[in-house]
Amino acid sequence: MSVRQSLLAILNQGPCYGYQLRAEFDRRTGSTWPLNVGQIYNTLDRLERDGLVRKADIDADGQNYVEITDAGSAEVADWLGSPVVRTMATRDELAIKLAIAVTLPGVDIAQVIQVQRTATMRTLQELTRTKNATADPESSEQLAWLLVIDSLIFAAEAEARWLDHSEHRLARARAAGLAEPLPLNTEVPKRGRPAKTAAAARA
Amino acid sequence: MTDSDILLQLDGVSMQYGRGETAITALAGVDLSVSRGELVAVMGASGSGKSTLLTVAGGLTPPTAGEVIVEGHWLSQLPARQLATLRRRSLGFVFQDFNLIPSLTALENVSLPLELDGWTSKRAHRPALDALNIVELGDRAQHFPSDLSGGQQQRVAIARAVVGGRSLILADEPTGALDSTTGELVLRMLRSRVDAGAGGILVTHDARHAAWADRIVFLRDGRIVDESRASAVTSLLSGLPA
Repeated sequence: MSVRQSLLAILNQGPCYGYQLRAEFDRRTGSTWPLNVGQIYNTLDRLERDGLVRKADIDADGQNYVEITDAGSAEVADWLGSPVVRTMATRDELAIKLAIAVTLPGVDIAQVIQVQRTATMRTLQELTRTKNATADPESSEQLAWLLVIDSLIFAAEAEARWLDHSEHRLARARAAGLAEPLPLNTEVPKRGRPAKTAAAARA
Repeated sequence: MTDSDILLQLDGVSMQYGRGETAITALAGVDLSVSRGELVAVMGASGSGKSTLLTVAGGLTPPTAGEVIVEGHWLSQLPARQLATLRRRSLGFVFQDFNLIPSLTALENVSLPLELDGWTSKRAHRPALDALNIVELGDRAQHFPSDLSGGQQQRVAIARAVVGGRSLILADEPTGALDSTTGELVLRMLRSRVDAGAGGILVTHDARHAAWADRIVFLRDGRIVDESRASAVTSLLSGLPA
């Protein structure tokens, strides 16, 4: 999970306390995914349980510092050196919506696509404006923030392209007489184990 | 916004090619206006009417119905000669393949619309050089198109489109022949001309490029089916670190 690894990576620069970690995470990611302090402390508890951080000094203001262990540093190196694997199991709300919509009777799927396209393009316009307002980064924080904005821009662009592609695919399918709605299956699946068929019994 | 801020207005514009059963409707009752300082992107699948919209807006083809109004002039009311003059003085076109004349230098290419309008070449060179400076190509004025990169040629085309204070830029896939970074630079130039008081229509199929516009209209089967307008203030800016 990236929050856990991100906090660990920040701690690899030196001991921090909870609020400080939150501020460091926010300023390095353009406050795009703000964390609450509860999440920070929960994560720190788990990191301590796993032997990746340990409690350090308490300063004059009563701040409880946490420092990284050798095992924690090794995990940071491991995180930076390995790819992020995006699992197929992550549900994509929009893909599910289109897939279901195309099987339903009476749904104007072209309109569903257009409504989404307009929303996606509006997001892309706002991101582009935001990016253009900054032009060239003047600090490391701005550079990090621009990387996040770029990532959102490319994700929105990919979504717009996928919508275009879906529209073409749908038009071709319609021309070929496909894209008919799926009626409910009258052979309702039974609960429990599927019954043994004769073929299965012979095998 | 006053009426004088509206540079272009399409009022119920339809365009049909052919007659009878074989007629093809390219545009069907399109209403669209472009104001000073506004860049409007037109998106849509191939055959949706994007390019037809641009040729009609630019007075290159009269619509079969509806009216095109450029800077207050009803194009249908103008005699051919006046229409040609209006096109030269008010409209600038930018095409995917640049359309520069290979035997003319960058400066001469940019001067050409003014010279066609009766300016002497000596008089035309000053505003042409100004326009080249705007697109940061003043130092390439004496280069021929073949000595310029694709991105530079397209910037010359933008200079030609705005030379002499022409206020409406009509761009048809201007980044289509450019790589992504160069395309972005060309759009930045186009955007800055619009921000300086021009108006523009940008026909593109590229979502990332269309996103530079203030408004995006979506065409399907010759009709505007939807529109996306960027909000004036974006909440995302609050995330910008100092």
